[in-house]
Amino acid sequence: MESLDSIVLTILLFWPLVSALLVILLGRSDSQIKKGSIWASLLPLGLSIYLLFAYDSAAGGMQFEQFAEWIPQLNAGYHIGVDGLSIPLLFLTALLSTLSLYYSAGVINERVKEYFFLMHLLEFSMLGVFLALDYVLFYVFWEISLVPMYFLIGIWGGENRGYAATKFFIYTLVGSVAMLLAILGVYFATGTFDIVEAAAAKPFAGNLTLASLAFWGFFLGFAFKVPSFPFHTWLPDAHTEAPTAGSVILAGVLLKLGAYGMLRIMLPSFPEASVYWATWLVGLGAIAIVYGAFVCVAQTDLKRLIAYSSVSHMGYVMLGIGAAAAVMTPEGLASAVNRFGLTPQAIQDSAAMALNGAALQMFNHGIITGALFFLVGIIYERAHTRDLSRFGGLATKTPHFYGLMLTAAFASLGLPGLAGFWAELFTFRGAFAIMPYWAAFGTIGIVITAVYILYRIIQNVFLGEYDPAKLTHWTTVQGEHADGPTDMVGFEKVTMWPLIAAMFLIGIYPTPLVSYFNKSAQELLAFVQNLI
Amino acid sequence: MEGLFSVTWVVPIPPFLAFLAIVLFLNKNKRGSALTAIGAALLSCILGWGIAFASFFRDHFGDHPIDEAIYTIPTGATEFVIGYAVDPSNALMLFMVPFLVLMIFIYSSGYMTYPHHLQAAQYPTAYAQGKDPRYSRFMAYICLFATGMLGLVVANNLLQFFIFWEVMGLCSYLLIGFWYEKASARAAAVKAFITTRIGDALLMIGLILLYVRSEPSSLRFSELFTEANLDQLADTLVNIPVFGEVHWISLIGVLIFCGAIGKSAQFPLHIWLPDAMEGPTPVSAMIHAATMVSAGVFLLVRMFPIYEFSGQVSTGTLQFVAFIGAFTALFAATIALAQWDIKRVLAYSTISQLGYMVAAIGMGAYLAALFHLLTHAFFKALLFLGSGSVIHGVEHGYHHAHEHAHDDHDEHHGEPHIVRRADGILDTEDAQDMRNMGGLLSRMPRTGWTFIIGGLALSGFPLVTAGFWSKDEILAFAWHGNHQWLFWTLALSAFLTAFYTMRQIGLTFLGQARTEGASHAPESVASMTTPLILISFFAIAAGWVGIPETFPVLGGIVPNWLAHFVEPYMKYMHLYPVHPDFHILPLAVSLLVALGGLGAGYLVYGQGLKEGQTDPVARVLGPIWWMWHRKYWIDELYNGTIVLFTMWLSRFLALFDREWIIDWFVNGVGRTALRLGDLASAFDRFVVDGFVDGVGWISDQAGHLARLLQDGRVQTYLLFGMLILAVWLFLNVLPMILTLV
Repeated sequence: MESLDSIVLTILLFWPLVSALLVILLGRSDSQIKKGSIWASLLPLGLSIYLLFAYDSAAGGMQFEQFAEWIPQLNAGYHIGVDGLSIPLLFLTALLSTLSLYYSAGVINERVKEYFFLMHLLEFSMLGVFLALDYVLFYVFWEISLVPMYFLIGIWGGENRGYAATKFFIYTLVGSVAMLLAILGVYFATGTFDIVEAAAAKPFAGNLTLASLAFWGFFLGFAFKVPSFPFHTWLPDAHTEAPTAGSVILAGVLLKLGAYGMLRIMLPSFPEASVYWATWLVGLGAIAIVYGAFVCVAQTDLKRLIAYSSVSHMGYVMLGIGAAAAVMTPEGLASAVNRFGLTPQAIQDSAAMALNGAALQMFNHGIITGALFFLVGIIYERAHTRDLSRFGGLATKTPHFYGLMLTAAFASLGLPGLAGFWAELFTFRGAFAIMPYWAAFGTIGIVITAVYILYRIIQNVFLGEYDPAKLTHWTTVQGEHADGPTDMVGFEKVTMWPLIAAMFLIGIYPTPLVSYFNKSAQELLAFVQNLI
Repeated sequence: MEGLFSVTWVVPIPPFLAFLAIVLFLNKNKRGSALTAIGAALLSCILGWGIAFASFFRDHFGDHPIDEAIYTIPTGATEFVIGYAVDPSNALMLFMVPFLVLMIFIYSSGYMTYPHHLQAAQYPTAYAQGKDPRYSRFMAYICLFATGMLGLVVANNLLQFFIFWEVMGLCSYLLIGFWYEKASARAAAVKAFITTRIGDALLMIGLILLYVRSEPSSLRFSELFTEANLDQLADTLVNIPVFGEVHWISLIGVLIFCGAIGKSAQFPLHIWLPDAMEGPTPVSAMIHAATMVSAGVFLLVRMFPIYEFSGQVSTGTLQFVAFIGAFTALFAATIALAQWDIKRVLAYSTISQLGYMVAAIGMGAYLAALFHLLTHAFFKALLFLGSGSVIHGVEHGYHHAHEHAHDDHDEHHGEPHIVRRADGILDTEDAQDMRNMGGLLSRMPRTGWTFIIGGLALSGFPLVTAGFWSKDEILAFAWHGNHQWLFWTLALSAFLTAFYTMRQIGLTFLGQARTEGASHAPESVASMTTPLILISFFAIAAGWVGIPETFPVLGGIVPNWLAHFVEPYMKYMHLYPVHPDFHILPLAVSLLVALGGLGAGYLVYGQGLKEGQTDPVARVLGPIWWMWHRKYWIDELYNGTIVLFTMWLSRFLALFDREWIIDWFVNGVGRTALRLGDLASAFDRFVVDGFVDGVGWISDQAGHLARLLQDGRVQTYLLFGMLILAVWLFLNVLPMILTLV
């Protein structure tokens, strides 16, 4: 296993690229491409599961690291590695990619070769972001991820896809430019592009103005991606127009890239600026929670509603990260201690819980919202509309679909016993100890979330008497005419059940997952506190 | 017996497994799912009773409660412990809950027949079987519900308590909206979930603050309720905007109480519970008696040390709790007086009785609250199940009558028959409206007599019934603590309770049948009446375990087992049990209100109503009665304010997002960029290209100009040189001048 361990990450990273090339070079028939893609995607999934078990939690830190020279003139290296934060996210990426490929095989029938090529490329870029420990590498993968998603929306999207794809691309690109400037700033301050080394070299320590500039440069790059209020409006459009698998990957993984960047780069590299701007992060997070939830209540398009719910749910991530950011320096810690009369250890633990909550929310949101977008896709393939007022009474007609949607919706609502709850709880637990007023404001979102889930989604789509006059044109998932809504078929069930099972498992027994995050949260806190 | 304690965590598991089994494998098999559910409930009941009795017979159990870990969740350097606990308070719950759950499950298997609001053609198979088309689904939901309640009871920390609490919230949503074809059922389900969610959100804040402030940071009951921790919570202050400085313990106490307000349907969040009657009747029994609403009071019982210690630094929290409880007790009792729906009367009665328990907590009467919680669970479950049996009977009666009248007026079949009366709108085919009943005691004797037993227990019929002993305990405590206004408020609501209970019994069972539905109503099947008979035993006997020792005559003879069992545990939690001295006045008042209320009720409603006769009390009280009948217009108030505002705000923000501000700005930037692009392109075409073209022209012209300069005259050369020097100097010196300025 020694030899495998030394190159496991490289295989994991480049296998999707190889798959993409194979699709282009060898793909002949559609069915061959589909089958081959699904089988190929099992390797990264298997390797990510291997990493889950092989990662030594007791030792912690970066493991399976690999260095190689890449562009010596720039001092940029090929440096990849994983820790407790990235391993679950790699698994999430691989899982959702496999499920998306599998589901797409059932519903995508035009330009199959390009589609599967782009999906593999997308997985490659996402894995790259989570693995990269070098700024240039990170940036390259970050930018690559835009391209396949742009084409997925632009080619396989809905009616308004041109607008949505352009909005998505330009929005994110603007953020990327800000981030590029910040990366260059860090490079000139520290002389290295290595993310870990650069953070240890304390870029702009003691100069709050420059540190804040770099902080905000990164923040814009990441906040556009998260997306944080008020930079979120590309999201509903992109989601609404994207094909189902595109939405799943977009919500499930791409949004996490931003939050991951905050945890991997912003907090460790700029602790002073983090403390200084923490209230802003928390405030934006809390506003996003409440604002996103309210906007959801007024939506009439099912997919757009779930897109806005992502805005609300990613607000929890920001809330957690912001709360932890406030205690990144001893001064920040001391001021939190003074404000609330808790011991430094208690504040540290609260910060760790806030980080755990944020990381859990990233993972759970990927599972839950991924599932919700699949479900929306499943009904859209049959109804060819997402207008909530055209549905009703599906609970009787499509019980399997109802059961799964109910589970996913309640998980999204944060029902205890399902995955989403732990993330909300730990985020609030951490935030209440550090920023109680913003946290208290955020709890309004808990109630409003119940309103849009129950009142808009469940009631409109599932309850009531089924009325055939509301929507006359139904098809089966294969596109043949049907007399009414038909329940989920085999491949749809196979797509959904792993996600549903994950919601239950994490909901009932979150310990294994939290252990990974807790380890890296504690390492982050220790790293920053030792640094100064 | 001792080994049983180590498997306490198993108690909630069988219903959960049954839930999974029914959902995944048995959803087509109605009989199989019912048997699975009942089997699971039976297992839980055996286990629960085993644990309960093991604790009852263990010496000094209260001094050594059980608290064990199952697994932990890492939280920074510390860990959060998930586990289970057994102590006298939840041992009593472990006696009550699984038994009632089992009874309700058995009852449900008979009750869930084909509902009348569905067309027969829609579900031909289910119609042929005579069972609800979603029979299996119902069994699955109530299994999950039971899991929630049992899990809550055995939880060893507040977070776990909260988790199962929310699971019940989910189930209540699913079950209230079970017949979701009815618009009223859908609305009631959403209302129930969201209303309780408001309380839950506040409870979650309280829970988190408690978690943050406790030393060590924990939510485990055994770690929370140490003297050191409670003292430091009581000693430290927090500054809240608007309210000013308050003690942490008071703040946390109020927030946690808000959760109980939501779940136990206390004013002002009581509105969901009467609407929750839209669910099938076994659900009402489940929600209103054995499980969910009890959970709210049980939360207060669990968190009692917080309230006790908060009382030592400031009485605000306790007074607030007592006020809400007593106010709700009276307020709901008045509404119950003026309702016609047999289940709604019971719903308001539940709210009122829960108000009793909450008021008891507010007075510091831990044991009395717990006692009333237990006895109420039995007799209220009995009443709800009884009312379900009545509804069933009347429905069958109508059905029977229709079959006979089928030839005469076929076209009227199934159409509503609405009559506007001075005492509210009446649907003459409504099987739940008590005006359509009467004289059912002779038609349904088992249901009738058990219902009367439950009713007497609810009224606190002296000495015999369970309700008397627990209610008397609360009144005695109010008198003893010199809470005058509490005592009289509660006494008045006890009078009203006895009165409306007699009204209900009179309208339903006494007098003459007023409709064909009532005159043809058959007695229900054995699977429904057997649970009634079994529960009615406890509705009487459950009170005998807590007869105070100071009570005249009986006091010495029957030992106060309950106090002996629970009080050591109270001491263990640093609570000091208070034994109210015997006083004749509270006892006299207690007897007077119970018997007086029943007597007055019998005088007014003892002969039932005549056909078409309006409520005599409505005639006398007029607008006041009407105000009660319309529930003080609180639903209308909320709909016109909070609900409207939420909807308005969401629409406003959606437009803000997409039309007015944010996307307007984003698209504006996009458009500006496009305009700039156009501008740049124009610049390119006209200026840059023009420049290139122009350069040719200029060089041409320059040639002419240069020729002019090179005229061979020295003056011109000098002038030209000077000009260049001047420009050069100007450009170089100017910045210096500027810096000087």
